[in-house]
Amino acid sequence: MIKHDISKYKHIWVFVEHENGEVARVSFELLTKARELAKDLDCEVHAFTVGDKVEQFKDEVFKYGAKKFFIIEDPILKDYMTEPYRDSIVYLIEKYKPEVVLIGATTLGRDLAGTIATVLQTGLTADTTALDIDPKTKNLLMTRPTFGGNLMATIFCPDNRPQMSTSRPGVYKAIEEPVKGEVIKEKFEFDKAKYTKKILEKIIEEGEKVNLGFYDIIVSGGFGMGSKENMKFVQELADVLGGTWAASRKAVQAGWAPQTRQVGQTGQTVHPKIYIACGISGAIQHVAGMKSSDVIIAINKDPEAPIFELATYGIVGDVLEVLPKMTKMFKEKLGKA
Amino acid sequence: MHSLVFIKQVPDAAQVRVDYETGTLIREGVPAIINPFDKHAIEAAVRIKNEFGGKVSVVCMGPPMAEDALKEAMAMGADNAYLLSDRIFAGSDTLATSYALWAGAQKIIQEEGPVDLFWAGKQAIDGDTAQTGPGIATRFNIPLITYVVDIKKVDPENKTIEVVRLVESGQEVMEAPMPCFLTVEEELNTLSYAPLPYLIRAAKTPVKLLNSSNTEIDASQCGLKNSPTKVKKAFTPPKRERGEMLEGDSLDAILNTLYEKITPVLKQMGKVQ
Repeated sequence: MIKHDISKYKHIWVFVEHENGEVARVSFELLTKARELAKDLDCEVHAFTVGDKVEQFKDEVFKYGAKKFFIIEDPILKDYMTEPYRDSIVYLIEKYKPEVVLIGATTLGRDLAGTIATVLQTGLTADTTALDIDPKTKNLLMTRPTFGGNLMATIFCPDNRPQMSTSRPGVYKAIEEPVKGEVIKEKFEFDKAKYTKKILEKIIEEGEKVNLGFYDIIVSGGFGMGSKENMKFVQELADVLGGTWAASRKAVQAGWAPQTRQVGQTGQTVHPKIYIACGISGAIQHVAGMKSSDVIIAINKDPEAPIFELATYGIVGDVLEVLPKMTKMFKEKLGKA
Repeated sequence: MHSLVFIKQVPDAAQVRVDYETGTLIREGVPAIINPFDKHAIEAAVRIKNEFGGKVSVVCMGPPMAEDALKEAMAMGADNAYLLSDRIFAGSDTLATSYALWAGAQKIIQEEGPVDLFWAGKQAIDGDTAQTGPGIATRFNIPLITYVVDIKKVDPENKTIEVVRLVESGQEVMEAPMPCFLTVEEELNTLSYAPLPYLIRAAKTPVKLLNSSNTEIDASQCGLKNSPTKVKKAFTPPKRERGEMLEGDSLDAILNTLYEKITPVLKQMGKVQ
């Protein structure tokens, strides 16, 4: 392992993820968190990205406190593609030497981060849920779940820079703190012949594009819902509560919900303020994805269902009977009737 | 067509329990399995071999017991299996692991010939990092395609492959030249039952051993000492206490109680006054 001269690296960099002209919310969450870390490190928060037209994001990143915004613009970067993104980002990082690089643990971020860290020969901690600064060494402490959430590990990277982490969406709040920032445009000479991969078609699942991490209330249906048609009861309650709906893996496999709405180890990890598990037994893989929710309400007709072991409030009953009634009552109480 | 599949042997996560007294994982008696995502990579490689000819090699880094995983991969249809096992690998993080696997793969390529498709699962269910595959692809300097859910077309003549991958907003159809590196989702395929000839071959074919003495692996890039990331501490998250079962004379009464209980949270969110 090559140790880096860590004294040469300074400032926290946050990757501004964007798709179809929109910045991913996780980037704002990370900018907010980075401001907190920067106080402990006595440094600045900077944003960076590459793409075709990315200068347009400057107002948004300055709104969340980035003092500088490093960008590379090139038509080759129009759609996300691992290799040109990697090469141009590596160029920026090698030139400006940030001490910390934070990237959202999205499909894009996880695809990208591993390749960047490999080129830079530095450490990368995946999918973190907590970031702190060690008061003594000033190293970044990155805490992440492993074994499907059964074990937590705090990782650090003492001898290499930048310290890199992908962080889960929804863990930190995005809070505005506008600053007058500066855009720094860089040029990177792409060897276009090198990028041989092609996107032939993009299938955007309109209406089904859902980042469950955005929602404070999630109503989730499991195999106990009985049929695809019955999932409407889950959706109706979610609508009344102003939340969104989700499903367990078994419900997704049965074809009652798209994979994009799956909560659990092979789906999305969520931590809303209220999670309502309807007809979900509580398999460990599902629990791994939702057990950090603030309030868990479980409705299941089997009083022995494992979901009751972690539910804040449990109701033993038939979801098909409970849900419509609950929707009607909550609608009245919330003044939506 | 020559495929090389990177697999990992992992504890069956569904059976790992937490000992809250000691704050550790109880792994005794937990069976070791092939990482579930990797099995779908093996399946895909074997199907491509069955359609276009060629062979499937598989490699696993781990302790000697990981040989079981390789035997199972052969029973699924892999032709050659390599166990990359050496004390110098102990404690490797993802950067060091991707190095060791890449260096081990160089030896496999020497023995079995050039590889068209490199495969791995999208992540392992124990570490959940999804970093090793992208790391190996970067070291090979070949195109990487992650989160593959469908193989649309394989064109051995023009040396291209067309796949569907998941992205945040849906899916994209992507074409890449071979060799390339694919990491796959479980939806990619349904696992087949091992036919008898595969089982017989798996029983008869020895797993080949790779270590620092028969490969060009540089020990100064492997193991805990040479991993940039270190574990400061590991701990079990606090157990959630079993909450309150809501009971009442009628469903209405129960739901009323529930509403009262969650009103403070709804207020906090500004959903009620």
